[in-house]
Amino acid sequence: MICAGTGCVANGSLKVKDAFDKELVARNLQNEIKVVLTGCNGFCAKGPVIVVYPEDIFYQQVRPEDVSHLVEEHFIKGRPVQKFLYTPPAKKDAIPVMNEIPFFKHQVLRALRNRSLIDAEKIEEYIARDGYMAAVKALTEMTPEQIVAEMKRSGLRGRGGAGFLTGLKWELCLKVKGDIKYILCNGDEGDPGAFMDRSVMEADPHSVLEGMIIAAKAIDAHYGYIYVRAEYPLAVHRLQLAIDQAKERGLLGKDILGTGFDLDIEIYQGAGAFVCGEETALMASIEGLRGMPRPKPPFPVYKGLFQRPSVLNNVETFANVPPIILHGADWHASLGTEKSKGTKVFALSGALNNIGLVEVPMGIPLKTIIYDIGGGIKGNRKFKAVQMGGPSGGCIPESLIDTPVDYENITKTGAIMGSGGMVVMDETTCMPAMAKFFLEFTEDESCGKCVPCRIGNKTLLTILERITNGEGREGDIDLLLQLSQQVKDASLCGLGQTSPNPILTTIKYFRDEYEAHIHEKRCPARVCTPLVKFKVNEEKCKKCGLCYKNCPVGAITWEKGKVASIDLEKCTKCKTCIKNCRFWAID
Amino acid sequence: MAKLTIADLKKIKEEYHANQQLREGGFTAKITVHMGTCGIAAGARGIMDAILDELNKSGRKDVAITTSGCAGLCSKEPMLTIERTGEAPVKYIALTPDKARKIFTEHVMGGNAVKEYALVVGHETTY
Repeated sequence: MICAGTGCVANGSLKVKDAFDKELVARNLQNEIKVVLTGCNGFCAKGPVIVVYPEDIFYQQVRPEDVSHLVEEHFIKGRPVQKFLYTPPAKKDAIPVMNEIPFFKHQVLRALRNRSLIDAEKIEEYIARDGYMAAVKALTEMTPEQIVAEMKRSGLRGRGGAGFLTGLKWELCLKVKGDIKYILCNGDEGDPGAFMDRSVMEADPHSVLEGMIIAAKAIDAHYGYIYVRAEYPLAVHRLQLAIDQAKERGLLGKDILGTGFDLDIEIYQGAGAFVCGEETALMASIEGLRGMPRPKPPFPVYKGLFQRPSVLNNVETFANVPPIILHGADWHASLGTEKSKGTKVFALSGALNNIGLVEVPMGIPLKTIIYDIGGGIKGNRKFKAVQMGGPSGGCIPESLIDTPVDYENITKTGAIMGSGGMVVMDETTCMPAMAKFFLEFTEDESCGKCVPCRIGNKTLLTILERITNGEGREGDIDLLLQLSQQVKDASLCGLGQTSPNPILTTIKYFRDEYEAHIHEKRCPARVCTPLVKFKVNEEKCKKCGLCYKNCPVGAITWEKGKVASIDLEKCTKCKTCIKNCRFWAID
Repeated sequence: MAKLTIADLKKIKEEYHANQQLREGGFTAKITVHMGTCGIAAGARGIMDAILDELNKSGRKDVAITTSGCAGLCSKEPMLTIERTGEAPVKYIALTPDKARKIFTEHVMGGNAVKEYALVVGHETTY
């Protein structure tokens, strides 16, 4: 591990890396010893700093001319070189360094490689961090076929959710003959709890543009659109600024960098319909039509925007492209699992201590994301489930928390990888109510073109409403299962084909909660107000008085050492007492 | 502005690399205010105002102030990163304008990181 923080780079760490690469090849050790550039470890004064694993040996102030000696002694003879050895001082009360904090330790930034390092509004800062170098390589040294081959070999899959091989999509479009083709970017991030693409567009808009230039060269497109929802004003602003700067400097427009390649990119602002994240609806929206999907085939690579061959990729997918072209397919494929390569950005939200944006290698256990990176559940509550993939996805319960996060393994649980939203829920979440929340969303967002989605989701929602209102009927669970399957099978587009997933997975993993609602008229999480009795359970009550102290309407009577009781006449059913009770003593 | 050639692009890269090394840019410290949507919603503009105000009052010309997007830890915004020449950057979390002023005085001017507001030292691992 060679430090590539600004401090060490200033002291020549990149030259040291080159020296290592050369020396290892010269000694035919390049397959056994891997040279990795890391972020700053906080020992800049002693840079360049190198750490050798698995021994965890620190070397300091290594110069390129020392490398040969170091390789000879350490890697061949197995003797650490005393001269460069460095013992970090024992630190007391010092501010921790990156790899001491679980939130940072497990992350590898590729799509987010410029996070907090560059000013998104200055193109020079992007260029300084290898920006547009991949575009140069693609435009001057590579044929479209070579770009496609490299992308296919890298194994990059669409980060928008479906996980289609990016290189394959490009290849299909490249093979289509056509005078006009379009390259499109999907920034219509609509899942509740997802904000990965927004962050990329805001923090590193040029990485999206560069990815699009490379893709345009690969499929021979000369016009592109970025479809961004209008609810992302900062993203739109920074993207537009980036496009303007790139055009001014000849990185977009006619004859890019004197290579003879033309590409113009325009932003199209979506009006906020969820279904416009679906590719055919998105294209209809750009065409000025109502945002409704159409049946596939023909697939957009054959007939897309304005009936022309088009490639649509997600923001994060494009952000992943430049480093793949620059460092090669093998570099990308060096992280991840057999069928899911590279890294994935997730937006953590919900009941976690650390809410934010994280990028982790594919295959990392869900547990690491939730407990180490996410810092566990807020307020010492218990983890219940995590919703992945938003309204199209499903929940993964605690029993499956060791699941490695990649496309195949997540799909096996009934959830989907999705675009990267992870909503974490604790024991105070009612699963039928959660499913109802997502169905309210999809029922509202259904465009209404096809009957299974329009009527099916409405009916599913009606059944869920009656269950959570305490009016559930015998057979409702089977009815939900049956109708869900029909909506999935018969709907026209991805919206309806996935909208029942929250119902299916909550029934799969939390059937007992549905049964409690229907048969016992009881909501175990005390969320569904019509099913809560607002009665203190005398056995469970620890007589602490917290409910009494927090009740805003004075409906609770309590004395020290006595069980509290609730006056239902005064009670407004606001559930403040339930939220404050630590013992689940209010039924 | 003139259109760039590939050679220009490489030159910008090298010049900026030199500039990013604070020393050669004539700066002794760089303050990054994280201004993604999450940061702004949490009050990053107030932090920026406080920092600019302190900088004005100090009269210093060798402190660079810049912005960047989301630093990843949205629930701990507003955040600042302070990098002094030759030292590892320090990330501060959950700031208020007053905390930012204190950080400016003690860390940027005085050279002592304010431990109680600091989260971490160093850069993240980027490929």
